[in-house]
Amino acid sequence: MTIIKGYKRPDGSVGIRNHVLLMPTVICSNQVVNRIGQQVSGTVAIPHQHGCSQVGKDKERTHQVLVGMGKNPNVGAVLIISLGCEVMNAEQIRDEIMETGKPVIWLDIQDEGGTIKTIQKGIEAAKELVKQVQDGQRVDIDLSELIVGVKCGGSDATSGLCSNPALGKASDLLVAENGTIVMGETTEIIGAEHILAEKAVSAEVHHKLYDCIRNFEMEIDRMGVDMRGGNPSPGNIEGGLSTIEEKSLGCISKAGSSSLKGVVEYAEPIKGKGFYFMDSPGNDIECVSGMAAAGVHLVCFTTGVGTPTGNPIIPVIKITGNERTAKRMEDNIDIDTSAVLQGKETLEQAGKRIFDEIVSVASGSLTKAEVLGHQEFSINRIGISL
Amino acid sequence: MAVYDFNSEMSSIVLNRKDNVATLLRDVKAGENITYTFEGKLQTLVVKSDIRFGHKVALYPIPKGERILKYGESIGAATEFIDRGEHVHVQNIEGIRGRGDAHIQKEVKNS
Repeated sequence: MTIIKGYKRPDGSVGIRNHVLLMPTVICSNQVVNRIGQQVSGTVAIPHQHGCSQVGKDKERTHQVLVGMGKNPNVGAVLIISLGCEVMNAEQIRDEIMETGKPVIWLDIQDEGGTIKTIQKGIEAAKELVKQVQDGQRVDIDLSELIVGVKCGGSDATSGLCSNPALGKASDLLVAENGTIVMGETTEIIGAEHILAEKAVSAEVHHKLYDCIRNFEMEIDRMGVDMRGGNPSPGNIEGGLSTIEEKSLGCISKAGSSSLKGVVEYAEPIKGKGFYFMDSPGNDIECVSGMAAAGVHLVCFTTGVGTPTGNPIIPVIKITGNERTAKRMEDNIDIDTSAVLQGKETLEQAGKRIFDEIVSVASGSLTKAEVLGHQEFSINRIGISL
Repeated sequence: MAVYDFNSEMSSIVLNRKDNVATLLRDVKAGENITYTFEGKLQTLVVKSDIRFGHKVALYPIPKGERILKYGESIGAATEFIDRGEHVHVQNIEGIRGRGDAHIQKEVKNS
């Protein structure tokens, strides 16, 4: 049994970070949120492009992501900044986040009387929230509480050869300790879904996985586009990957050998243990943001050509199998598995190193993305603007 | 799926016995003799052009339209005849999946 050091939340959930989250409910609140964030250390902000002119499932998705970010146990307290005329219901967002028992303050720019007054009041509020979460102490937590996202981006041929299969070994170690793994990227299992579907624990999960793929391919047909150039991206193709099938076959190994317990929607909370698939785009920032909103604690992110991707509330551990990338982008890469390709390390050994890093980061050590302040955030959008 | 057999002496790797391509573990020059292991035996192959690390080379002559196999699975089809030792990439193979454009082209042809 492995122990990590985390924060116990009032609702019994467990966090591995203790952030005060500054949340705009709409794009119009971004500037106020950014100013408050600049003034009050200990806060993280999630500026975004949404919240206005959205309807139906698209509006629901933005709502779910915002609520999910607030509910994520890595967040100790939330300051919500609304404008007042947006389609997002700030009061409802506040009430849903408050169900977790964490402190939430809500300010509305139109009610407060403009930008300057809201910034002034917001700085005071944020300062109070930072003081409150500071009281939280790290305590012993069983590793089985941990939900880890597995993701790849900027893939090249080395991703499928060593960094993804090595991450798969770490995933197996985590699931063996009753932990949870979430893999996303519907676009990047196309051509490999039959292998993944074989692992489904039930016919229902099997069908749900195929439904995700069918819906996506129908959309590609409707658009009349060739995925190539967008995915695989120009960087993927430069790195040796020719087709989406080739990329997908390399991608799926990062989840390891576990049975597929369930398929969830984008940003839908993960409620069980074991291996789950999230119906999400392959786009790095949108996918990681969807995982964060689903309650994922940290993401293991493999990359071939290198990426600096981080997230405001969850640590992102960067893993490469490309020796050149490990050297060229040392600032950004946490783990180099290229020794596997040189026959100097086994996949199991590399997987154990990744597992040890997960335990260390879960207990407080910072990833390079955190040290450098990489806090990219983006909400996946499925509808039109009105 | 794939059988991983990495070795510091190898210049390329074949991931499954069904595969008709190998993935290069270093940059190679046209005319260079490269090595890979297949079913435990060391094999050699002369590459026909400069090929970069991580890219693929054909292990056998591949007729136009035939599936390209890596990890023992289809990664697309050959758009032209590919000879043993040739660079296998976007210039001579294309994906079967995620091809909304192929659907459109077919409709145009039929109209």
